[in-house]
Amino acid sequence: MQKTEHVQYNRAGQRVVSPDYLLFEAPREKQFMTGSEVVKEAVKRASVDASVSYPITPQSEAAHLIGELWVEGYVGVYFRGESEFGVMSEIAGCAMAGARTITTTSGPGTLRAMENFPMWAGSRLPIQLVLMARGVNAPLTIQPDNLEISFLLDTGCMIWHAETAQELFDMILAGFVVAEQPDVHVPLITAIDGFFISHTREAVMLPPDDIALPPYNPYKSPMVPLDMEMAPGRFLRDPYVMKSNYISYAAHTSWQFEVRAAIERSRPYAKHYLRGLIEEFGDPEAEIVFVASGTAAAQAKEATLMLLHEEGIKARVVRLKTIRPFPTQELIEALRGAKYVFVPEFNVIGWLEREVRRALYGNLDVPVIGSPRVAGGMTMPPEFIVKEILQFLGKEVKHVV
Amino acid sequence: MSYKIFKINEDLKEFMPQEVIDLEEKATWGNPKRGVMDLPYAKELIEEHSLCAGCPESAAFRYILASLPNPEDTIIVNSTGCTSLVFPHIALHTVHSLFGNQNAVASGIKRVLEWRFPDKVKDVVVLAGDGATVDIGLDMTLQSFFRQEKITTICFDNEVYANTGGQESGMTVKGHVFKMAPKGKQWDKVPMWQLAIDSGCHYVVRMTVSSPKKVEKVIKQAIYVAREVGPTYIHLYTPCILEIGLNSDDGLEEMRRTDKERFKFFEYMTDEAKEVIQRKKEEGLL
Repeated sequence: MQKTEHVQYNRAGQRVVSPDYLLFEAPREKQFMTGSEVVKEAVKRASVDASVSYPITPQSEAAHLIGELWVEGYVGVYFRGESEFGVMSEIAGCAMAGARTITTTSGPGTLRAMENFPMWAGSRLPIQLVLMARGVNAPLTIQPDNLEISFLLDTGCMIWHAETAQELFDMILAGFVVAEQPDVHVPLITAIDGFFISHTREAVMLPPDDIALPPYNPYKSPMVPLDMEMAPGRFLRDPYVMKSNYISYAAHTSWQFEVRAAIERSRPYAKHYLRGLIEEFGDPEAEIVFVASGTAAAQAKEATLMLLHEEGIKARVVRLKTIRPFPTQELIEALRGAKYVFVPEFNVIGWLEREVRRALYGNLDVPVIGSPRVAGGMTMPPEFIVKEILQFLGKEVKHVV
Repeated sequence: MSYKIFKINEDLKEFMPQEVIDLEEKATWGNPKRGVMDLPYAKELIEEHSLCAGCPESAAFRYILASLPNPEDTIIVNSTGCTSLVFPHIALHTVHSLFGNQNAVASGIKRVLEWRFPDKVKDVVVLAGDGATVDIGLDMTLQSFFRQEKITTICFDNEVYANTGGQESGMTVKGHVFKMAPKGKQWDKVPMWQLAIDSGCHYVVRMTVSSPKKVEKVIKQAIYVAREVGPTYIHLYTPCILEIGLNSDDGLEEMRRTDKERFKFFEYMTDEAKEVIQRKKEEGLL
């Protein structure tokens, strides 16, 4: 039988291409952009149906730019909600009605919206939340700090942590593809460190903007979209709370396990579209290892080069791209041979250190040092990291930070 | 799509419960003239509700579901409370997400359905209690009115948090003793119908559910106006007979009594709403 080329277009008139083509094969051009601007560029190529916005620094600009895409016809539904709690409920309604959805928030907004996130996960809504992390009040702060990610770890959402604007662009596109897999179908939080990524300009490579991801098909969802186009599902007709207590408890328990299992099932897809759940940087033989994610990983990479070139000390970085699912096996493998594991972080409690300790416990016996750690808007220059390492090793510190 | 989504595969019919077969064969689909007069004959869209015997809210549910002009394309959004226990028994797409966010969820659903199905009418109806509508969810209720969302909001006002055991709500009458108001409520009942008018609703009604035919007319008018013009709000008194110490057969009398006082029938409509209602009357749909 002769094969015919069938060219499909989305509602914005862009040619629909496969996710692999868009992410890995399409020719790319160099641009100089902020993280907020690459959110627009990613959404423009993602056949997004709906977005709801609310102002809070530092995510506001990204939300404005999605609004521009709505005016230009690239996004179907867009409006400003009344608060983050309202917005996360509105975007849930959009997703329930069968839309591909994206929204953005930061710091106090994340906490205001908190009740919605487990609801998204439990309702199996593949909403993408671009989280531009900032400090949490009080006292009032608008500085970069990613404490809020720790509150999200157990909401049943996937969490990815981008290091650069380029990675944010690719993660947003890959994120829709992974989150919408019928056997995954849970929300995705694509986190970056606010200001560092959202407000600084860097070189990014972008595919053409006349191609886009295949549109979302809500009828592949494990849950019935609320559009009265299919018979109501059993979950709608018989929520467990109406049954006997025992059935209610058992069913709710298994549902929660299922949400976590769905996150686990995202691993092979994430591995493919992110080209691995971790990235290794530096001398693979080095015994000093930084385990980090996001901007802390970028700083650790610089510190690694500085340690090598200025101190003659070999170090390496294991960067985690996904936090949920946590790349436990990859981390254990990557840390074989490590003598010291340092976990640099931009928050006061060290949530990544906790995660790393939990992953290694009983699997690999290596000291984990929750340092260096900054918070409340402090930066983490590589000199500062180098200083911590030198002090730890009992060496002379020449740098002045 | 259509009521055909309730059509059962012939090969599986023998395994289906009778109430599901009845939905296909005896429910009123595709007929905007359906109404409360069908109740004795047609299969209702609600099956074995879980409310107390004689609960006026259950009567309200039955009248509302019998009156929806377009059930085959109606999505119902609900909230936490006694009402949330009923939705699983409704044969339509319903959603409970959180306590108080019902108008926000409904806004998202309505806008996306308009975008996904530009050539079809999809009605979105919010059904929630007074705690959900006026206390915890007031912000989102009013904001959806400000934004002129094309949804119908129906509040079941029982003047108390009934499902959690009888606590004072914003809709409790001043002076009434409930839990959390052990000295009696210190402030007046919230005039929610007036807030709805001031916030931009195009059709607002306050009433009890003592008269089924009247409920039917109001529901249909509210849905037709929401479809074409903007938000509509219906405030129904559905007393909690349990919490005010009445017997199962006292609910109707309680509503008839309040029909003459604080729940005296009140109706407001804008000129745009009037035009829609007039036209629907001429079309024989009201």
